[in-house]
Amino acid sequence: MWAFFHKLGSPKWFYDISGKILLWLAPITAILLLVGAVWGLFYAPPDFKQGNSYRIIYIHVPVAVLSLSGYYIMAIAGAIHLIWKMKLADVAMRCAARLGAGLTFLALFTGAVWGKPTWGTYWVWDARITSELVLLFLYMGIIALYEAYDNKVAASRACAVLALVGTVNIPIIYKSVDWWYSLHQPATIKFTEKSTIDPSMFYPLLIMIVGFYCFYGVAMLLNMRTEVLSSERKTRWVQDIVEKSA
Amino acid sequence: MSAQDSLMVGMWATLRRELTLLWRRKSDSLNPLLFLLMVSSLFPLGVSPAPDVLALLSPGIIWVVALLACLLSTESMFRSDYDDGALELFLLNPQPLYFHILVKVLAHWLLTGIPLAVLSPIIALLLNLPTEAIPILVTSLVLGTAPLVFIGAIGAALTVGLRRGGVLLSLIVLPLYVPVLIFGADAVKRAAEGSPVPGQLAILAAFFMLSFALAPLAAAGALKISVDS
Repeated sequence: MWAFFHKLGSPKWFYDISGKILLWLAPITAILLLVGAVWGLFYAPPDFKQGNSYRIIYIHVPVAVLSLSGYYIMAIAGAIHLIWKMKLADVAMRCAARLGAGLTFLALFTGAVWGKPTWGTYWVWDARITSELVLLFLYMGIIALYEAYDNKVAASRACAVLALVGTVNIPIIYKSVDWWYSLHQPATIKFTEKSTIDPSMFYPLLIMIVGFYCFYGVAMLLNMRTEVLSSERKTRWVQDIVEKSA
Repeated sequence: MSAQDSLMVGMWATLRRELTLLWRRKSDSLNPLLFLLMVSSLFPLGVSPAPDVLALLSPGIIWVVALLACLLSTESMFRSDYDDGALELFLLNPQPLYFHILVKVLAHWLLTGIPLAVLSPIIALLLNLPTEAIPILVTSLVLGTAPLVFIGAIGAALTVGLRRGGVLLSLIVLPLYVPVLIFGADAVKRAAEGSPVPGQLAILAAFFMLSFALAPLAAAGALKISVDS
């Protein structure tokens, strides 16, 4: 167990193992996204009220789910970096911040596109939309804080502290915004009781969510590999890789 | 002298030092008040001077402007200690940094948050807030400015080592202010409509205690990073 943990600290070991993981993770992601998208966009039945416009759910929901869990992934990576000073956790935190900000923006964007035909407006100050917006601000704050520091070692530790503060705050923000105002349709997928979505629409959605999680993994690994290569560019093993591919 | 006694002596000395310093730089605590007064008076000019429009908007305006005033005043919280090296001495202290920050932020709140709450009835009159909501306005600001100042202290600690911390501080702190604003402004709005608001005030009090207990921890961690860099 501890040997594995220590190995994780080595950039070279990470580079090798992530290359092997990507070899099978990338095809799985492609298949899942393709199957989910084709099933959801072409074969799932149209919605009784919303017609075909509801199909954006197959992008909107996975992206929104990931934008939130991405924050926790970032915060956990930040905590690991603060406690064990592990270099890779720092890299993971920074990549998760960038990816998370992008996903949050996408969730807001697809939501706006969906809102126009359904509610007749691109933007409403509804509880969940507002918390998603606040989430985007939290991501942006972390990215801005990192960019502001000249000393990048201190920068990532400062970002980790901020991410942890945000983690304490996110449930509070969600609850208070929820209490403030709610227009958004209630969650359609529930783990404890029966879902309010029909299985014929639900299975492609589930595939898309799993597919997006895999996509997140692929994007994270690719991002982290680039970061690792550029920060270790003076070492022997990176130069070997470059010479081999040249 | 036992460890506990020395902690009390240290906290007391810090409180006296902070209050003296703030008292000597009166502009630091007066400027937020002027800010509140001036920015609030921009709204009738910019939106509408009609009394009923102002009455509708005033709970939100007063709360948002008070929030910004708190935010602006926290920026300088650790600045002079950082510049003159006092912060490093506090880090070297055998007493935990937690208590030092707790007392420091408390002193800051006493001389910015409380005056804002005390001044707010005047703003309420200017913006035509129904008079029966004024006691709730003052209470909500007394309870709410403390979490604002405590959260601001985390941001100030993270940005103290940076040359251009100002805008960045607002970027990282404002999202964290959202819950306090929601419950603070809602308490005043409901009070203006004449309904009782024990729930909102209770939640503000919960934020007060939570920030009191947790924020100095985060600020202490952040200060250590800022001083190390």
